Amino acid sequence: MTTTVLPRVTYVNVKTTVASWLLTKDHKRIGILYLGLVAVAFLLGGIFAAAVRIELTTPQGDLLSADSYNRMFTAHGVMMVFFVLIPVVPGILGNFVMPLMIGAKDVAFPRLNLLSWYLLVIGFLFTIAALVSGGVDTGWTFYTPYSSLASNSNVVMTGLGIFIAGFSSILTGLNFMVTIHRMRAPGMTWFRLPLFVWALYATALVQILGTPIIAITLLMLVLERVLGFGIFDPRLGGDPVLFQHLFWFYSHPAVYIMILPPMGVISEVITCFSRKNVFGYSFVAFSSLAIAVFGFLVWAHHLFVAGISPYSAMVFSFLSFAVAIPSAVKTFNWTATLYQGAIWLQTPIWWAFGFLGLFLVGGLTGLFLASLGLDVHLHDTYFVVAHFHFIMVGGAIMGFFAGLHYWWPKMTGRMYNEFLSRFAAILVFVGFPLTFGPQFILGYLGMPRRYHVYPDEFQVLNVLSSAGASILAVGYTLIALYLLFSLWKGEKAGANPWKATGLEWQTESPPPPDNFAVTPIVTEGAYEYSKREIKVA
Amino acid sequence: MLSGIPLFPLQASNLAPEVDNLYFFVTAVTAFFALIVIIGVLVFTIKYRDGTGNRVGAPITGSIPLELGWSIIPFFISMGIFGWATLVFFHLVRAPDQTLEIYSTGKRWMWRFQHIDGKSEINQLHVPLGRPVKVIFTSEDVLHSLYIPSFRVKADAIPGRYSSIWFTPTRVGEYHLFCAEYCGTRHSGMIGSVVVMEPNDYQAWLSGGGSSMSMAARGEELFQQLGCVGCHLNDGSGRGPSLVGKYGAQETLATGATVVIDDTYIRESILTPQMKLVAGYGPVMPTFQGVVNEQSLMSLIEFIKSLPASGQRPAAAQASAAAGTTAPPAQGGPR
Repeated sequence: MTTTVLPRVTYVNVKTTVASWLLTKDHKRIGILYLGLVAVAFLLGGIFAAAVRIELTTPQGDLLSADSYNRMFTAHGVMMVFFVLIPVVPGILGNFVMPLMIGAKDVAFPRLNLLSWYLLVIGFLFTIAALVSGGVDTGWTFYTPYSSLASNSNVVMTGLGIFIAGFSSILTGLNFMVTIHRMRAPGMTWFRLPLFVWALYATALVQILGTPIIAITLLMLVLERVLGFGIFDPRLGGDPVLFQHLFWFYSHPAVYIMILPPMGVISEVITCFSRKNVFGYSFVAFSSLAIAVFGFLVWAHHLFVAGISPYSAMVFSFLSFAVAIPSAVKTFNWTATLYQGAIWLQTPIWWAFGFLGLFLVGGLTGLFLASLGLDVHLHDTYFVVAHFHFIMVGGAIMGFFAGLHYWWPKMTGRMYNEFLSRFAAILVFVGFPLTFGPQFILGYLGMPRRYHVYPDEFQVLNVLSSAGASILAVGYTLIALYLLFSLWKGEKAGANPWKATGLEWQTESPPPPDNFAVTPIVTEGAYEYSKREIKVA
Repeated sequence: MLSGIPLFPLQASNLAPEVDNLYFFVTAVTAFFALIVIIGVLVFTIKYRDGTGNRVGAPITGSIPLELGWSIIPFFISMGIFGWATLVFFHLVRAPDQTLEIYSTGKRWMWRFQHIDGKSEINQLHVPLGRPVKVIFTSEDVLHSLYIPSFRVKADAIPGRYSSIWFTPTRVGEYHLFCAEYCGTRHSGMIGSVVVMEPNDYQAWLSGGGSSMSMAARGEELFQQLGCVGCHLNDGSGRGPSLVGKYGAQETLATGATVVIDDTYIRESILTPQMKLVAGYGPVMPTFQGVVNEQSLMSLIEFIKSLPASGQRPAAAQASAAAGTTAPPAQGGPR
């Protein structure tokens, strides 16, 4: 298939004007637009994190004032959660490869898809404007009544930024759901769908059902703050804890928006490089749906010390343990997939192993926090900070990089430097536990989160954590460097560099504007390595 | 306080060993599962490694018994953790009957502790060794959280509500007390210490200089000043119900519902009296919102608690008002 007759028309070179990119309806180009936006947000969020970690190397507040510190960790949280973690995998990888994987020419609503990106941009600009014009100091959680009555910062503008960005997420979910229902190639039955598509489907469910709740909640916060509605103000008969219920009714499922798509990526990468069927296809597929559904029933585990009834705490603790089971099932299935494989240790699976290791720690430490008797001590300490970073950065971001390295040759037609990439994977895998491992210990020692100054005895562990963070920073920077370099000097990748099954590998790299010359017809499952003669590029 | 790298917090309350044992158990269980997966991944990867990418793996697609096994076994193990953790939790949140009660209010950015005998302190809490202590607290502004790591206890301070923590100190010393719920600029400055003293030292400290009226006596004074006494007559013949012997009892409301008269109900009835009217009484009481601050509310509650079950005037409150010292804290009523 490697034709060298004429420069082939690809989605990249079909038109080259800036306007052709900014007004594109091609899901692949929109995926690249997301990559640009998320990269900027990740860089900013990373700079905010660096400021926080540098400040915390000494117990005194010496680099930043207390108010600046509070604005810094808030900016870090808002930027990373709403503009990196939520859109990163669905926006970039989902957009780029999902239509290819199901054999479609595009998503169901290409214009809506472009609108989703613009909504995220507008939300991002609002948030940036809020940060530049004085910042916001409530933490990304916006707890009332601090956010509604006390904070002298740009709560309203930030809230509106997130409100707008939320619609991006809702519309993407809607678009993906319709696409997966209606746009599958002939023969692509539900149980032949790649597991990444199942994961995106489960994610779409959460995006569509959950995101309106945060939108309403933030709107109520704005009404309370601007017009004094009294929804959350106890002096007017409101209830400040109500905000927490509403906030976590979205924000806990939001964690599954962040982690389900990377889980799907891992299912793809592990099967591809084990050269065999995934172990327990339907269990992996349905565990995604189970996580999406049960994820809506555990929100109050963020409120165990917020004055809820002990009996309701008991119910939510039980459900939180229950939601851990489908994640455990996935992990066991991935491990079992390796059994009797022909494991080809190419770069993407290094990142996938990194995901497994870090997600394992993140998931298992979640059991500590689901345990009522332990959560009383651990709640709002650095243990929680460490736990969710292991899930959301160790898991979600590592999973994203596994996917980005897996599909980069497809997206760009180029290979990156595999030695540097493995080195970066090792840097991140080592830097990560160094950064967040000490925070588990700090948390059990009792160091509360969001502390600008702290008692002297916590310093050594904080310095260790900051040192680890600098290794992480080197690792992440390295990725950007060799990926950019690959665009310039990277080896040509060919249609199927990983000798993988899956429709996305049957078309050229980078794909033509319409994805497939001929609509593919699917006759077997997604991972039939043992049956199929592999097409080598 | 400690040199080197601390790895584990001190155990200074009766609850700490319980929480820690659970912690060690969960650590062991999770480490076991982590090891299974890590060893599995490592062994399979090394054993089935193939450098070419041209071979394919074995045609295995799954196994129902294995799927059931690794769903059901972890489920039962997690239910074990759930059960144990819930027992510990109920011990943490359910104070025993006989406790030394101390009131507290959090506000940006300080903790005020009010001992029943009248002594109050800021960002320091003195407690006696070996006696169950219950701290009842609220917030005057935004959310805070009262957290004593060495005791393994924490609860949010929520404006408009009372929260409580309890513990029995088991080790003399001074321990950190943190605000754990983010509350603005000087959140990390809202810290203090808990000082655990030998009971004799504690008594000496309590009676030492600068002590004032007991909380119950202060509450009685407010009860007069604010005019409560004009309607809440002891014999029940006033325009408001008698409060004598009512603390902890059940009351029927005008709506027909019943309510247990506790701290929260008394607070609510002072601030929003129309909300839960006692059956048989009219909506005549004015609101005291903005008139009575959180500390005065706590004194009024303590006064109502001190009223004896029979119809007598509270001798204890009067006595300690006169002496201003260390009458045994009024407690032990039906709670």
